[in-house]
Amino acid sequence: MNKYLILENGMTFKGEGFGAPGDVTAEIVFTTAMTGYLETLTDKSYAGQAIVQTFPLIGNYGIIPEDVESNMIGTSAYIVREWCDHPSNFRSTRDLDTYLKSRGIVGLCKIDTRALTRVLREHGTMNGIITDNPSKVDLSLVKSYKCENPVSHVSTKEMYVEGTGSHKVALLDFGMKENICRCLTDRDCTVYVFPSNSTVDEILSVNPDGIFLSNGPGDPQDNVEIIETIKKLLTYNYPMMGICLGHQLLALAHGFNTSKLKYGHRGANQPVRYLETGRTFISSQNHGYAVVNDSIDKAIAEPLFENVNDGTNEGLKYLNKPVFSVQFHPEACAGPKDTSFLFDQFIDYLNK
Amino acid sequence: MPRNQSIKKVLLIGSGPIVIGQAAEFDYAGVQACRALKEEGIEIVLVNSNPATIMTDHIMADKIYIEPLTLTTIERIIELEKPDSILSGLGGQTSLTLCMQLAHNGFLESHGVRLLGSSPETIDKAEDRQLFKDTMESINQPCIPSEVVTSVEDALNFADEIGYPVIVRPAFTLGGSGGGIADTREKLMSTALNGLKQSPIHQILVEKCVSGWKEIEFEVMRDHIGNAITVCSMENFDPVGVHTGDSIVIAPTVTLADKEYQMLRSAALKIIDALNIEGGCNCQFALNPDSFEYAVIEVNPRVSRSSALASKATGYPIAKVATKIALGYNLDEIKNAVTGTTYAAFEPAIDYVAVKFPKWPFEKFVYASRTLGTQMKATGEVMSISDSFESAIMKAVRGAELGFDTLHVPFVQELSDEELRAKLMEPTDIRLFLVYESLYRGVSVDELFEITRIDRWFLYKLLKLVNYEQLVTSYSITTEDYIDGKKLGYTDASLIKIASKNPANSSKLIKYKRQNIINPTYKMVDTCSGEFAATTPYFYATYNSPESGGENEVLPFLASDIMSTDNPSDNKLMSTKGTIIVLGSGPIRIGQGIEFDYASVHCVKSLRDLGYTVVTINNNPETVSTDFDISDRLYFEPLCAEDVMNIINIEKPIGVVVAFGGQTSIKLTKVLNDNHVNIIGTSADSIDMAEDRERFDALLTELNISKANAHTVMTLDEALYAANDLTYPVLLRPSYVIGGQNMTIARSDDDVKEYMNIILQHEIDNPVLIDKYIEGMEIEVDSIFDGEDLLIPGIMEHIERTGIHSGDSIAVYPAQDTDEKIEQTIVETTKKLCKGLNATGIVNIQYIVKDGELYVIEVNPRASRTVPYLSKVSGIPMVDIAIKVSLGMKLRDLGFGTGLYRKPDYIAVKVPVFSFAKLSGLDTQLGPEMKSTGEVLGIGKTLTEAIYKGFVAASYVMKKDGGVFISVKDSDKPEIAEIGKQFMDLGYEIYATDGTAEVLIENGVAANVVTRLPKEDSNIKSAMELIEDGTLSYIISTSSKGRLPERESVKLRRHATIAGIDSLTSLDTVNAMLTCLRKNLSEEETSLVDINTL
Repeated sequence: MNKYLILENGMTFKGEGFGAPGDVTAEIVFTTAMTGYLETLTDKSYAGQAIVQTFPLIGNYGIIPEDVESNMIGTSAYIVREWCDHPSNFRSTRDLDTYLKSRGIVGLCKIDTRALTRVLREHGTMNGIITDNPSKVDLSLVKSYKCENPVSHVSTKEMYVEGTGSHKVALLDFGMKENICRCLTDRDCTVYVFPSNSTVDEILSVNPDGIFLSNGPGDPQDNVEIIETIKKLLTYNYPMMGICLGHQLLALAHGFNTSKLKYGHRGANQPVRYLETGRTFISSQNHGYAVVNDSIDKAIAEPLFENVNDGTNEGLKYLNKPVFSVQFHPEACAGPKDTSFLFDQFIDYLNK
Repeated sequence: MPRNQSIKKVLLIGSGPIVIGQAAEFDYAGVQACRALKEEGIEIVLVNSNPATIMTDHIMADKIYIEPLTLTTIERIIELEKPDSILSGLGGQTSLTLCMQLAHNGFLESHGVRLLGSSPETIDKAEDRQLFKDTMESINQPCIPSEVVTSVEDALNFADEIGYPVIVRPAFTLGGSGGGIADTREKLMSTALNGLKQSPIHQILVEKCVSGWKEIEFEVMRDHIGNAITVCSMENFDPVGVHTGDSIVIAPTVTLADKEYQMLRSAALKIIDALNIEGGCNCQFALNPDSFEYAVIEVNPRVSRSSALASKATGYPIAKVATKIALGYNLDEIKNAVTGTTYAAFEPAIDYVAVKFPKWPFEKFVYASRTLGTQMKATGEVMSISDSFESAIMKAVRGAELGFDTLHVPFVQELSDEELRAKLMEPTDIRLFLVYESLYRGVSVDELFEITRIDRWFLYKLLKLVNYEQLVTSYSITTEDYIDGKKLGYTDASLIKIASKNPANSSKLIKYKRQNIINPTYKMVDTCSGEFAATTPYFYATYNSPESGGENEVLPFLASDIMSTDNPSDNKLMSTKGTIIVLGSGPIRIGQGIEFDYASVHCVKSLRDLGYTVVTINNNPETVSTDFDISDRLYFEPLCAEDVMNIINIEKPIGVVVAFGGQTSIKLTKVLNDNHVNIIGTSADSIDMAEDRERFDALLTELNISKANAHTVMTLDEALYAANDLTYPVLLRPSYVIGGQNMTIARSDDDVKEYMNIILQHEIDNPVLIDKYIEGMEIEVDSIFDGEDLLIPGIMEHIERTGIHSGDSIAVYPAQDTDEKIEQTIVETTKKLCKGLNATGIVNIQYIVKDGELYVIEVNPRASRTVPYLSKVSGIPMVDIAIKVSLGMKLRDLGFGTGLYRKPDYIAVKVPVFSFAKLSGLDTQLGPEMKSTGEVLGIGKTLTEAIYKGFVAASYVMKKDGGVFISVKDSDKPEIAEIGKQFMDLGYEIYATDGTAEVLIENGVAANVVTRLPKEDSNIKSAMELIEDGTLSYIISTSSKGRLPERESVKLRRHATIAGIDSLTSLDTVNAMLTCLRKNLSEEETSLVDINTL
């Protein structure tokens, strides 16, 4: 069945549908990761977006239930060159198409994904519509599409507890990847996962040893209330660590600025330089916004990591506070685990 | 850390001759290393015994020694050149082993030479089986249960403990030579014995066999401060059990979930860290397909064949980065040359798959065992790039030049179901085709998986191709189906052939093709999946329709070419003279080696210097020509008609060069000509005249040039008639040959029958040639002809008489046994031939001189394998001159004169090198069919010195005492007495089989009569046993039969070769060896020649 992707600038890619039927409008972003499509699909940071996989063969190892990063599919739609109808892996339970169908996610395949990627790279991220009826598309609607309050959509609705460790960590869920939680529970933590709109009192009611700010979708500046909550939490001097959106929100709470990257960093091969040692690590990334380097007040925080490719900020360490954050994903899943030591550093803060 | 400024002069050791397990990839690595060192302004001293390499070209290094790669010679060069550092990880195992010896014996320290890259401790930890195991245990990395042993008894004891089957891996050997799988005690006894013998330190590893697990490789880079990245992951199509060099490989891995992938990636990084590697490294893992259980197979602490593959598969220049790391740089200080903006501290993300397919020598060596195991047998490989496995494997197979353009191949179709199943049981070079045929016959994927353990993922992909082919033969197809076929990798010709049973589809396909329903969209290899703008002009073909967004990324590059003509003042301009395509030489195989890559690269360079935009097409990942910055644009595509024509259609070149890619590119001239493509150099018609026997004979008659009488035949009866008409001995060969493929000397009707039966197993398009065999001195000439004048850089003489393939002969330049009169005849005849053929550019001719008369053997109007060495020794840039005259320049204006060029002060001797130990079942006796895989050069002031150095470089032992075993065929007997006498006079003990002994004794040579193999009723030791107990230093063995592996002579020769005893199968070689022995030369006193000063 023919299906089309039409970008907000009118460019059309004719392919075939797979997964669930229907039309979807979303921001179109690409990821260069070659493995980890299950983790990517279930990463809630992709809310409001349609993911393009640059690697052409997707679904090779099928669907592996224990590898998902949340109970929902984050992405609005999925665009691949070719999906694998006969996956092969000892843990695979079914194929990608069946999975997307069962979860109501629209898929588009058989388009020139590399050409699409190059368009997104040159023009910057754009909105697009995936549709069966290209003649009926209103481009102005596509262009004006914005996913409103994505964080509140993907955050847990109620607080829940994971693990039984000796450290108590209050985690603000903005669209958390479950492996963040696992990284903490594996390190002797009890994690209290709070909805994103929790109040300071609610958070402090569990008497935490430290606070964790998770990853999540969307423009960080839209989260005005959450930023206010973080500002208040900071006054208590808790050890605090942020990842991705959590990193951006911490920066905004300190009066720094964020801006949209032309086409973002999404993949499993991004080099980041650890400025304390000069070492470079390969990291997993998924972000369309970054903390503006010039906006960082060196009297408040110093850069902890920077992107080796484009020099953008990848981490901050706040002065005189047990607080730090990174733009990339030390919890990996998908992607390299080279920076998992950052969780150990957070635990060190908890121990102090 | 910036680079260490105290490094000013570096010694780089190459990998020596091409052998199985160590091929052109180290020329590629060495060239990258040289270029990286040069960029830093470091003085380079280069040593490599292989004259066919690009790294030994005068511009690559400041001092270049084409000298034997022995400890003695390297030490002498260090004493002479006083380098401050030595770079170890770029010249393969040969270079690494030498560097370790120099480090361990204290030579480096006492001479103040620093070892760059990984330390000796690191290398020992990776290479010594026990130390490696201990290191892995210390970081909790699982190894396969194994034990290092030094005796057969210990091997048996350990195997009893862990259970069979077990794998034997000898320590410190190339391409796993001498190893094998043993499933019984008996098998282990022989395998262990052989392995111990092959290991230079008499050590083997016996390990539990995990055959059938997935084999996964990671290429890893690490710098001095510990930054580490993985460049590429690779998954073997063939599970553990087949050497990775003999496996079909796909990059990146495809059947690993992220959890498994990251587990192995983390393990690789942990390993490289524990070993403290600085530079490139390859980690091989076995992964249980049914769990997360894995084991480390091995680690190569250096740039390897896999790193060349990973470099070409990703665009990441591993050898260059490894060199920069050795100089002190960190990964984040080294620029990614592909994007020009990002750094080497990243992991390539690719948006395609690359498939490697090995090239084996079995088409040529019909009696060699085709079973694949732990010992590598492939001589080379091709790589293909596409957006699906199906089209990548299709491209790889057709690019491997097997004569197949799909996976459905005729000789497998003829097998019965039972034969097919039986053959599937064992991994061989044709297993892919057997699997494919089984799928065609309806065998299920699950069943095939159970038999082969090839992952179902691959099998389902193959099934997709099978289903498509069945669709084309059975149903009425549409344009959509046609587009699907192109996406799956089918050429139009193959589709039309498949559809031949369905005429309606055939005519539709012909129509679609004519209508240009779909054209290839070329994509760029950019290391980053399009995330960053890249400037690398490195392309591969895919099929994407315009509606699906299909983008051809070549187009902007073509547009910038045109722009450059409009604006000639812009010095970034690519071209003012137009585009020329240079066709490469495809996979390394016997008869077509690295020499042709040398010629192609030189041709590209000359054309670029002349101001042309140069496009290279090649599919060999081991080569310099497929490095992305050699040409203006590189297409990594098969050298097949449709692929090449597609590129021509888009590039619209002013001409195509076929003269430097060996027989691979020559084969394409007809297609190019049919499509009215301009061929730069000798025309298609002239090439055909040289290759077509009848036309060639007519030309010789017309020019009044002598050649051996000949017939052409198509059937056995014709062959027998012809042979008897010419009288025996006769030479049989097919027309259009590479390296004497399937060539033999027949001395009887039986020989003719055997030969014709083998050759007629395949369809033959071209006739078989039968020549009267003339025994005489063989002369080889490379010449350059501009239409009027001729330049002959040199005349080469072969030590061995005609009958031994020129590629297997020892060649002497300048010829020593030609007088002025015959030289003049050679010059005149060569000119007549060039003129008669209407050739332009480079022409290679082989002659026989017998009784003062000159006979032509063959004319190749293309670059030959002697071009690199002759260029280096004569000082004439032959390729450069040849391409210039091909473009219309005149020899008179090019500064090297005309006629026969002056002779050099030195004598250069090319000695062939063989890989016999790795090809079980192959007769080591030399003949008209080429068997050598590589060559070395000896340069000396006298002929004897040059030959001696050549023998040393080719690893002849040349023991000065011990026994000599002689057993020769009747036709050699008249000459054997003199040889025996000389050995006896030099103090050797002579052993001979009864017939030969009789001749020797009659002539006063005291010979001990022995049998070849042990005889039950005899208490006299046989030659085989004399090899075992170390009595024999030489064997001289010739037989009129040979070939069949079960013959005693063949067994004995193989045994001697494997035991490392000098084994000589031509009396001419023996005489050359005797000359050296009589002079009692030693390696300490030979002259060391920097070829940059010649």
